[in-house]
Amino acid sequence: MVATSGSSIWMRRLRRALARRPHHLMRAGRALGVVGGVMAAGGAYAIDLPEDRADAMYHFYDGGGTRADGPALLIRKKVADRLSISGSYFIDSVSNASIDVVTTASPYKEKRTEYSLGADYVYRDAQVSLSGTTSDEPDYKANSVSLDVSQEVFGGMTTISLGASRGADHVGSRYEGMFDRAQHWRYRFGVTQILTPRWLMSANLEAISDNGYLGNPYRVAQVFGTLVQERYPRTRSSRALKLRAVGDIGQGEQRAALRAEYRYFWDNWEIKAHTLEVGYTRYFGAEWLGEAFVRYNTQKQALFYSDNAQSETLYVSRNKQLSDFNDVGIGAKATYSAGKIADKFDVKWNAQYQFMRFRYKNFTDIRTHGLYSFDANILELFVSATF
Amino acid sequence: MGSQRRALAVVALGLASLLAGCAAPEPWVKPYERERLADPIMRLSRDALADKHREHIYDVRESARGATGVQGGGCGCN
Repeated sequence: MVATSGSSIWMRRLRRALARRPHHLMRAGRALGVVGGVMAAGGAYAIDLPEDRADAMYHFYDGGGTRADGPALLIRKKVADRLSISGSYFIDSVSNASIDVVTTASPYKEKRTEYSLGADYVYRDAQVSLSGTTSDEPDYKANSVSLDVSQEVFGGMTTISLGASRGADHVGSRYEGMFDRAQHWRYRFGVTQILTPRWLMSANLEAISDNGYLGNPYRVAQVFGTLVQERYPRTRSSRALKLRAVGDIGQGEQRAALRAEYRYFWDNWEIKAHTLEVGYTRYFGAEWLGEAFVRYNTQKQALFYSDNAQSETLYVSRNKQLSDFNDVGIGAKATYSAGKIADKFDVKWNAQYQFMRFRYKNFTDIRTHGLYSFDANILELFVSATF
Repeated sequence: MGSQRRALAVVALGLASLLAGCAAPEPWVKPYERERLADPIMRLSRDALADKHREHIYDVRESARGATGVQGGGCGCN
């Protein structure tokens, strides 16, 4: 379940604060004294709930022999002064003829269905979010629950968030049925800070702990040129730190935003990854919004990864996701505001496209013995309505 | 031992005198100065459903995961 982040809480609050004029604050300050003035500028009011919204999306991915597409829905509605509930539905129809599949097995098709339910409760300057997700495909079933709390402090300039998730999966294969389990714990901490009237930044840290069956029953490893069943550790501990900054660089009435994001990831399988993304968003007239972005990710291989192991080790994998590689992405997004429909629904049409190129440095195509690479196309078409 | 205590006392006095000139920091961007920050283009995540699709694609194909600032987990990724 994707819940609102801490940053959007104070965004809603900003909109509310903007309805109030500076002279109102000054008047309040005079009436209540200096302390009252600070309170009026600070945290004397409650956070607004997330706005009511409905989204319907068609998503598409095609790359490296895998094609996945399907519909997705999301709806969010206030049900009381302080409570908003949300639900989502996501379908992935996967046709898999990836290099792992075509070199060792037969291409296959399967469908993944995911449902989520969530509730957000606000009290003064705090928001509590609880959600549950269930994902079902023929050979993998995953359930998770998440709890997040965020709190505004320092006159609404800082938002602190804390959260945890617990996931429990059943892992199977088409040949054996469900044969093992996996558990996941995630703990996260974040701070969003207003820096200036035009710039804000956030820092997020997340620790993830997994145990159980973490491999893939269909994939094989290669040892001395012979294909063998891959052997994975049954535990993994990961850390990720993400820094983001976004600023309004528009002149005069023009609104244009520049954002930069960097994530450093490391884990006890000795994988280290750096991910960088830069985006630019601006309005074109009153109805159009355009965005362009580039993304770069590079990672170092897991300790037990080998394209063709030359020694027998306890763990061995030829999962290209654990190899040395990098990928670049370039994308664009357009949003058209269609205005109010039936005097109630504020409708927006959206299209987002991204091209990605993956280049592997030590993963070969065993049919050609050349280094493997592939390109991917990603598309999202969706309509959203706020009401 | 005695000289260490004297040094500590001097440092503590020095810090106290430095802090005596300081007031607690106040929020320096007032609510009425946050109009530009409130625009939708300044949100770190504008469209949750599209972002969820994107994150799923990255999670399945890259080792790095987490710290996206949203609740996560629950995907069948094998």
